[in-house]
Amino acid sequence: MTGSAWEVVIGLEIHAQLATRSKIFSGASTAYGAEPNTQACLVDLGYPGVLPVLNEEVVRMAAMFGLAVNAAVAPRSVFARKNYFYPDLPKGYQISQYELPIVEHGELYIEDADGNEKRIGITRAHLEEDAGKSIHEGLDKSSGIDLNRTGTPLLEIVSEPDMRSAKEAIAYMRKIHTIVRYLGISDGNMQEGSFRCDANVSVRPRGQEEFGTRAELKNLNSFRFIEKAINFEVERQIELIEEGREVVQETRLYDSDRDETRPMRSKEEANDYRYFPDPDLLPVEISAEYIESVRQQLPELPDAKKQRFVAEYGLRDEDAGILTASRAVADYFEDAAAATEAPAQLVANWIMGELSGALNREGLEIGDSKVSAAELAGMLSRIHDSTISGKIAKQVFEAIWGGEGTADAVIEAKGLKQITDSSAIEAVVDKVIAANPSQAADYRAGKDKLIGYFVGQVMKETRGQANPAQVNQILKDKLGN
Amino acid sequence: MSLSKEQVQHIAMLARLELTDDEYAESVAKLSRIVDFVDQLSQADTDGVIPMAHPLDAAQRLRPDVVTERIERDRYQENAAAVAGGLYLVPKVIE
Repeated sequence: MTGSAWEVVIGLEIHAQLATRSKIFSGASTAYGAEPNTQACLVDLGYPGVLPVLNEEVVRMAAMFGLAVNAAVAPRSVFARKNYFYPDLPKGYQISQYELPIVEHGELYIEDADGNEKRIGITRAHLEEDAGKSIHEGLDKSSGIDLNRTGTPLLEIVSEPDMRSAKEAIAYMRKIHTIVRYLGISDGNMQEGSFRCDANVSVRPRGQEEFGTRAELKNLNSFRFIEKAINFEVERQIELIEEGREVVQETRLYDSDRDETRPMRSKEEANDYRYFPDPDLLPVEISAEYIESVRQQLPELPDAKKQRFVAEYGLRDEDAGILTASRAVADYFEDAAAATEAPAQLVANWIMGELSGALNREGLEIGDSKVSAAELAGMLSRIHDSTISGKIAKQVFEAIWGGEGTADAVIEAKGLKQITDSSAIEAVVDKVIAANPSQAADYRAGKDKLIGYFVGQVMKETRGQANPAQVNQILKDKLGN
Repeated sequence: MSLSKEQVQHIAMLARLELTDDEYAESVAKLSRIVDFVDQLSQADTDGVIPMAHPLDAAQRLRPDVVTERIERDRYQENAAAVAGGLYLVPKVIE
């Protein structure tokens, strides 16, 4: 960002698609990727005479989110019609919530640039239905409309304008992403559009109380694009103001190919939605008992889990953060740590190192790992009791990954057991020293670094199976004479 | 006259209605009367009254999250002006 004369102000509106089987107001399926319009029923199509009936699961999910971000879950919330014309909106209105949303006044904490905890307010979260999809490619003078997505339940999560950089915006968004997946209320799949974001961005001279004029950046569907789009927009606004021109309040689209934002050509004046309570839906009433029952279902949340990992397992703060970013990874870690005497930090290192490397290489999620938590634990136990060295363990890991059996079976079959018999190691050390007289002389003359060369030779002789600590000690003893 | 012609033009645009000048004159007069009528409500003291969201004094019933609909796409699309490959066709929408 250019200097410190300008302060950036960002607020985010995140749309999280709720992971229900059926739609928010109809019994049509929400499965992704079906043939066009094969999941759009009469309610979704807006046929005359149909009535929306609210899905109980979306209420539970919204309440769960509210509790997870320390918000108030409204005892009474109301659905409203947001009126506008667009071909992918057959009814001519979107059912949303306006004055009385289901969730209000939440918060979460992110880490700012200085590593300090920073509170980000969540103004509200409301339930609404998604619209359909317009397809422009391959159709000459027409656009094609697929209404499968119509009526898919969304939770729109609106933040306070509390973020001061693109980095903070990303940190906030990641946090929300983690929370909804922990709660199991959204799959958070950004490619499929299950998790998307609009950003309100403005700048103001540092120290000024009043907000600058904001632009709304639409439909940002990857963490990387959000950061780039915000940074581009900030530069654009600062440039405008420094040239003595003005920022116009407008909606802009980010073009990832050109790495720029540009105004949407469509009708700005149409932002007159004439919201009113939907007469087809009654107010949603939620009892205190119901909220309590949802509270009972809340899983341990990322922040709490991270703190527990540090306290209970003695992990480094950063590592605990990585392991708890996804509930599946955290569960894998705990399963593995419980099944071995090896230190938890070793378990963590292997999950973040070899295991995540292997998963990335094959494009797998941890749930599909070819080395189970129990198998990893079995192998780490063999490192811990010195049966194998950390280096040999990598070979063992690859073999388990390749389906060659448990660590014990692999070690046995390949004869990888570490040599810890001192006399056996001494014999090899003697042999190596005898074969390298000049290096031995140089070492004795003070070239300490040559110890690495000798260790390497011994390991080579023993195919990596000698206990490295013992090799080091014996070499020093023998060369030291 | 509580509404201006410009306001009525705006409302007509939002509702995608095309009106002639005569129709505008008539609409301004009629809509103004409706608004004037409704304006009387603002004389009532509504302090402490919870805005009514629905005339029925009841709460929303919920349905279980179950897929119950069988989609008969071909039948539904018989009413459409144009379809292709399962898509409803509309005049090109420019993004």
